[in-house]
Amino acid sequence: MFQSLQQRRWLLVCLWVLIVAAIVAAPAILPVFRLNLLGRFLSLAIVALGIDLIWGFTGLLSLGQGIFFALGGYAAAMYLQLSNAGDLPNGIPEFFGLYGVKELPFFWHPFASPWFTLVAIWLIPGVLAGVLGGLVFRNRIKGVYFSILTQAALLVFYNFFNGQQKLINGTNGLQTPATKLFGQYVGSDLMQRWFFWVTAVVVILIWALLRWVVRGRFGDVLIAIRDDEPRLRFAGYNPTLFKTLVFGLAGALAGIGGALYTVQSGSASPQFMEVPMSIDMVIWVAVGGRGTLVGAILGAVVINFAKSLVSEALPESWLFIQGGLFILVVTALPEGVIGWFRGEGPGNWLNRLGYCLNILGNWLIRWGNALIRQSTAFPWLNSLGINTLGNWLIGWGHALNSVGIVRRIGTYPRLELEGQVEVQP
Amino acid sequence: MSSSLSKRLFAGLAAASLGLAVTACGGGSDEATNATCDDDGNCTVTVGILHSLTGTMAISEKTLVDTEKMAIAEINAAGGVEVDGKNYTIETIVEDGASTWPTFAEKSKKLIDQDKVPVVFGGWTSASRKEMLPVYESKNAFLFYPIQYEGQECSNNIFYTGATPNQQSEPATKFMYEKSPAAGKDFFLVGSDYVFPRTSNTITKAQVEQLGGKVVGEDYLPLGNTEVAPIIAKIKKALPDGGVIINTLNGDQNVAFFKQIQDAGITPANGYYVMSYSIAEEEISTIGSEFLEGHYGAWNYMMSIDTPASKKFAADFKATYGADRMVADPQESAYNMVYLWKAAVEKANSFEDDKVREALIGIEFDAPQGPVKVMPNHHLSQTVRIGQITKDGQFAILEETDGPVSPQAWNQIHPDSTGYACDWTDSSKGGKYKL
Amino acid sequence: MQLLFESLFNGVAIGSVLLMAALGLAIVFGLMGVINLAHGELIMLGAYTTYVVQLIFKLPALQPLYNCYVLVAIPLAFVVSGVVGILLERTVIRRLYGSPLETLLATWGVSLILQQFVRSVPMAYAAGLILALVSGFGLPLLLPSGWFAGARARLIRLGSWAFSAFLGVCLAGGLASQIDRIARADARNVDVTAPQWMRGGLEMADMTFPVPRLVIIVMTVMAVVGVSWFLNRSVWGMRIRAVTQNRSMSDCLGIPTETVDVLTFGIGSGLAGVAGVAVSLLGSVGPNVGGSYIVGCFMVVVLGGVGNLYGTVLASFAIGVLTDLIGAGRLLSVWPDMPAPLASAVEFFATTSMAQVMVFALIVVFLQFRPAGLFPQKGRMVEA
Repeated sequence: MFQSLQQRRWLLVCLWVLIVAAIVAAPAILPVFRLNLLGRFLSLAIVALGIDLIWGFTGLLSLGQGIFFALGGYAAAMYLQLSNAGDLPNGIPEFFGLYGVKELPFFWHPFASPWFTLVAIWLIPGVLAGVLGGLVFRNRIKGVYFSILTQAALLVFYNFFNGQQKLINGTNGLQTPATKLFGQYVGSDLMQRWFFWVTAVVVILIWALLRWVVRGRFGDVLIAIRDDEPRLRFAGYNPTLFKTLVFGLAGALAGIGGALYTVQSGSASPQFMEVPMSIDMVIWVAVGGRGTLVGAILGAVVINFAKSLVSEALPESWLFIQGGLFILVVTALPEGVIGWFRGEGPGNWLNRLGYCLNILGNWLIRWGNALIRQSTAFPWLNSLGINTLGNWLIGWGHALNSVGIVRRIGTYPRLELEGQVEVQP
Repeated sequence: MSSSLSKRLFAGLAAASLGLAVTACGGGSDEATNATCDDDGNCTVTVGILHSLTGTMAISEKTLVDTEKMAIAEINAAGGVEVDGKNYTIETIVEDGASTWPTFAEKSKKLIDQDKVPVVFGGWTSASRKEMLPVYESKNAFLFYPIQYEGQECSNNIFYTGATPNQQSEPATKFMYEKSPAAGKDFFLVGSDYVFPRTSNTITKAQVEQLGGKVVGEDYLPLGNTEVAPIIAKIKKALPDGGVIINTLNGDQNVAFFKQIQDAGITPANGYYVMSYSIAEEEISTIGSEFLEGHYGAWNYMMSIDTPASKKFAADFKATYGADRMVADPQESAYNMVYLWKAAVEKANSFEDDKVREALIGIEFDAPQGPVKVMPNHHLSQTVRIGQITKDGQFAILEETDGPVSPQAWNQIHPDSTGYACDWTDSSKGGKYKL
Repeated sequence: MQLLFESLFNGVAIGSVLLMAALGLAIVFGLMGVINLAHGELIMLGAYTTYVVQLIFKLPALQPLYNCYVLVAIPLAFVVSGVVGILLERTVIRRLYGSPLETLLATWGVSLILQQFVRSVPMAYAAGLILALVSGFGLPLLLPSGWFAGARARLIRLGSWAFSAFLGVCLAGGLASQIDRIARADARNVDVTAPQWMRGGLEMADMTFPVPRLVIIVMTVMAVVGVSWFLNRSVWGMRIRAVTQNRSMSDCLGIPTETVDVLTFGIGSGLAGVAGVAVSLLGSVGPNVGGSYIVGCFMVVVLGGVGNLYGTVLASFAIGVLTDLIGAGRLLSVWPDMPAPLASAVEFFATTSMAQVMVFALIVVFLQFRPAGLFPQKGRMVEA
């Protein structure tokens, strides 16, 4: 008992060493472009973790996480734009000139401070999510109504950000690569490498935080909300408070993800708030496995990598693949890949595979036997090497049979091997 | 002590990884571009094409991919690009911008860093260009952008082969105010809600005022929204007895707009004339010429231009992609930019960015629209044409400038940029200097 | 007075498009509790059907009848979208009853596939495929049921499908050979041109009423009347409502609940197809048509109160009038000398894009006070 525990601990330590080594070494192995992608997808994983928390654990499906994601991104981009505006003609970011704006809109001013921005990145989306969520939850709006309302809110914000050229540059969004941070261009390879490391560390920290949250009493309450909210309420808890808190937390996480994504992708764009983007975010979690934190991270990273690879090779097929994936995951793998993996899924599959291999092996053995019988009946056939072929088939059949006997759950009976016929000299 | 130690450790790791990265990439790709020759002396160079192949903009941008591929095929058939006495066949990598602007930046990075293309032809919307611009500037790479746009930009890393406002909207506004049947009447501005219509309309407003006219209203439709009833109500209120409508709507919103203004009685017969900046032959065929007949458009290239070069361009395109296909101004710009790049590479005798960039300026090309020339501000001098849409879906050219009009990257009517210009041939002037 | 009338007409015009689009959704969502995010794409299919029908009527043989192609397009669009809807229900949604969130995600996937489908599959072949599906599902209902019992059942079933496939291939081949424009896949938007009598405007009392808008209003009224008659008076309508109210009890009383599900979903989807005809009269037809309506539809349904037809009607007209009031800045013309800060606020929102922001924000605020919409369902709510 003690020993196995120690072994597990060693395994964990090894795993962590591997992860850390992978993160540190990633810049050396991956080309700049792919590294940058990985960094961005890891920041999306932060958003996915937040969605997992509210959807996987608490049962609230938000189709509006894009709002908070974009707000975090805009906060970061506004700071970067301002930090460079000093050398520009009016002392304000260049795009204002396009619309004849001479003075900085008032809400830009606080973002000149790096400390304010660092707080704003998560506080503004968090508080906004808390307020929006609180208003909705107070009325006991839930289920699909909550989803539709978040989507409506998303559209409100999208139209606002998209339409307000004079305040935040509308459709164009705010670009960051040509701005400077610590004397370096944000878009430079060096900065991007650092952003990758920061993102990786933040993902791990947030994963650890959420793990602690969901494993504690707070997490129990969340799961109770998901599974039976009225009962929880009758037990004297106030679900509204918990839901508001957790929705605010998810909003804050989306904000952090958005900020990290923005500095790595190069812009904060109102397109972060388009309807498909927010639904995509949910799908990452669904595919990875809701209710499992690792699933959220893996889902975000793997799907996005798949998307970028597919769109390089066959851009038009991505929608088919994506659509098919949604349907497949929802109907066939409701627990997501990780959930499936942790459940009986792999065992069943291995079992089925083993069964098939077994049948195949038996077939081969039978064929081999038949061939050998033929060759004993008509010796002249032997000159064609039928006998050898038969023996060869039998050998393969045995090999497949032994491979095929993979059993984790005793659903499928083990097939008996047929006897091997002696080869006549 | 410990913090400085960890810092040093981290810095060391970073340096080590950097070194690894350098050695990892060092094998075989010392050259800046992907131009290579194999042992048999067959040389190839791969260029990047970056347009939306999926999403809302795919409709428009795919026609550009087609045109660019046609131009490249033509060049290859004529022997390819000649550098150092070697004939390079041009190959392409087509990436999908997916109608999401940040994706354009992502794919640009891929084309530059991963594929090491010497040039990228790409973009349509201003938003996508604004996303790409910092990428090309920070990596000192090279983009050709083929669409008429709002100006107010002049990057050393972009060549703009579409019209600037003084090559499209300014002459058009002047025409509408002075020579159209609605001359002297009030203006109403309609556009999609993004940067090109907004900026273009800022210029139009200032210009109409200078001319002595009046802009009585403007409205913007959010991209993707096709409910134009409120806009029509506004137009009818603001222009009760006819007038000029300047239209900068985008794509399918035009269909809803033109179908519904006709039903609401906003027609040339009733004294309303629409001048559109985003409606070319391709769009006319989608909207239906019966809705557009009698309205106006302004372009550098129109399919109805009666010259051998123009006819050949249209005929070649139809022969390649089908008889029902159209050519229009954006496609012509896309076609030109491939040839301009080829000419510059041959003039510079190199694929290197800096040399090609220097060589590009001053290059002339006999385009389907007539002669064009790359100016020091990285834009093209082009001929401006104003046409009226006819029943058969073409433009009847009413007015044509005598020769190419030189481009203004910084608009001389827009209040924020009057008195500024751009000249990349003179290092003391650069992207924006005071005249 | 005239201003008021004009504003009202505009509001009703905008609202009736919304209502037409949302009607099917109100049925599917209200009666079945299914969130169908592919509803917009069903609208799109209806619009594409109109396009194909229009092209068919442009063929020389049918040219004289061109003026009434819309009348043919309406039932066809209903059938096309309805069949695709039924297919969707049978294959995907049926597995997900009782878990609306999962349905939501799965139907989003369906909507992506449908969008790409119309981009990459030539319309002629799509039409053939739909015909094959219609006939494949329809033949067993039309042929004497005795044929489908007994030993030869399998053979006949197979034969009917083979026949359907043959029909589909014939149609696809015929269309592709006759009409060049739909023989190739085309991602471009396409145009639907209303026949001459449906164009232009009616001049009345100093105002112009666009005819297509009037046609859509008439279509909407007929659809609403038809649906409410069907639900309240017809046998199947009563069965549908019975299943909505108490599924297991209905089941016990011998109502075929599965058939009811198929029927409800089919009718809801079919109405989306009819909405597609209406939409095609106003704007262009493209793969993204659905996306621009779907969120608006959901707003209508939520605002109206789920499962209530009259709420849906009222909600869509309310949204229409509000959009027009705010978007066209009517308040300013009614009350020209309002205080300056208020006037500037009104002007700020008097653009189409800000009007949408405002209307949606107002809806969200309204739902704070009436969480269940304008007409909440009476009685005990079943916890969703």
